[in-house]
Amino acid sequence: MAKRSKVFESFADAVADIPDGASIAFGGFAYPGVPFNLIAALLKQGAKGLTCITNGTGGSAPDRMPDIGMLVQNDQVAKVVASFTAPTRASDRIPLTQYVAEGKVVAELVPQGTLAERLRAAGCGIPAFYTPTAVGTELAAGRETRVFGGREYLLEEALPVDVAFIRAWKADTAGNLLFRRSQRNFNPLMAMAAKMTIVEVEEDFLEPGAIDPDDVHTASIFVHRMVKIPAAPEGLWPGRRPERAPAKENPERAAPKEKQS
Amino acid sequence: MSGLERQQIADRVAQEFQDGWIVNLGVGMPTMCSNTPIDADILYHAENGVIGYGPVLPAGQEDVHLVNAGGQNVSLNPGAAIVHHADSFGIIRSGRIDVTVLGIYEVACNGDFANWKVAGANGGGIGGAMDLAACAKQVFVILEHTTRDGSPRLLRECALPVTARGVVSLVATNLGLFKPLGDRFLLREIAPGVTVDQVRAATGAPVEVPADLKVIKIL
Repeated sequence: MAKRSKVFESFADAVADIPDGASIAFGGFAYPGVPFNLIAALLKQGAKGLTCITNGTGGSAPDRMPDIGMLVQNDQVAKVVASFTAPTRASDRIPLTQYVAEGKVVAELVPQGTLAERLRAAGCGIPAFYTPTAVGTELAAGRETRVFGGREYLLEEALPVDVAFIRAWKADTAGNLLFRRSQRNFNPLMAMAAKMTIVEVEEDFLEPGAIDPDDVHTASIFVHRMVKIPAAPEGLWPGRRPERAPAKENPERAAPKEKQS
Repeated sequence: MSGLERQQIADRVAQEFQDGWIVNLGVGMPTMCSNTPIDADILYHAENGVIGYGPVLPAGQEDVHLVNAGGQNVSLNPGAAIVHHADSFGIIRSGRIDVTVLGIYEVACNGDFANWKVAGANGGGIGGAMDLAACAKQVFVILEHTTRDGSPRLLRECALPVTARGVVSLVATNLGLFKPLGDRFLLREIAPGVTVDQVRAATGAPVEVPADLKVIKIL
């Protein structure tokens, strides 16, 4: 009997059975590796009470790419676990702030390296670990610490998730993934931390064997569903990320130094 | 008394970098350190696992799959490598970053600093700052010497929630270059056109001034 294919025809099909209350890890850092198409499909699918694990919740522009802030605004989110839960500039605004203030969403703030390691631990069968990060800060107040070699470390628990949404560059039909450049970021960790990983794939699916086994970043074991991203405008293909207004600087010095190598 | 411009502050910090260092630059003013022409081979590390990135590329030339920690589309220098986020923070936590340069809100003369939560905020933006602050071999910080309303940001104790304690070894502001010494700041160098009295008046902690005080050289 043939194995069931991991390749799904549409993003709607791939996210159709995600239940209310699911915990979902969303990959990506800035734009590279963000599963924009899966987020857009989840916005339409409408599951509620979600716990969203993400580096950040996105921006505030109304015409921005699909992000966790939109899921929040769509009343689909109960909790956010992120390394950014409020803007670092007092003048900036993100949608999450109001929902947290009104008690509609719980926000758990986690240092970025701790977030990555909690996901890695979950994917590796390790329930907890100690890290020096955040010792002596408000985040460590009242929590378990332990001294190793004269230095104090904070206990952090693994962060397993029900579902991971990630974006990859290439995939074979078996589910082996290859990421390009900084698209990798959290994505391999989230795939390992999840019971079910759904991938949006940029290039056409390859036959098994077409990716050299030595080049596979995420092995097929961790991948359950994949969808090929259609051409724009049906599919979402981010370009250059709009930059925030730069602070005043000397235009003659604006271009970084060319490195001699 | 405005002193140095933002790029000039970054320039002074970059001159502290030594050949062969692995450097992590925070978002904002710290990224401007990579604009400074210095005679040192630096390997720039970004939290998202990019090791050995180069200049930001202009629109039309960017690689949409490649950004630094600030989300800017950068290039890669020969010898660059990409790792995932857990390996990237493994590099940080295991003490392999020679220096991190962070933009911050406040610093105290005991080496504490704050940069993740503004007054009255519910939540904050930590990013990689707490990992870097706790684990880099050295932590340099860059900030405007005072707030917009003129209140000092170099203090005896941080008023805002701290990012890490006792870790800062160099403070660069528009008024000068400082070293936290526990109960005071040492004024290592002063910005051109700024007086010691102005520095003291704008600082919320004692300032030690060496007899042979140097003036920051503008590149």
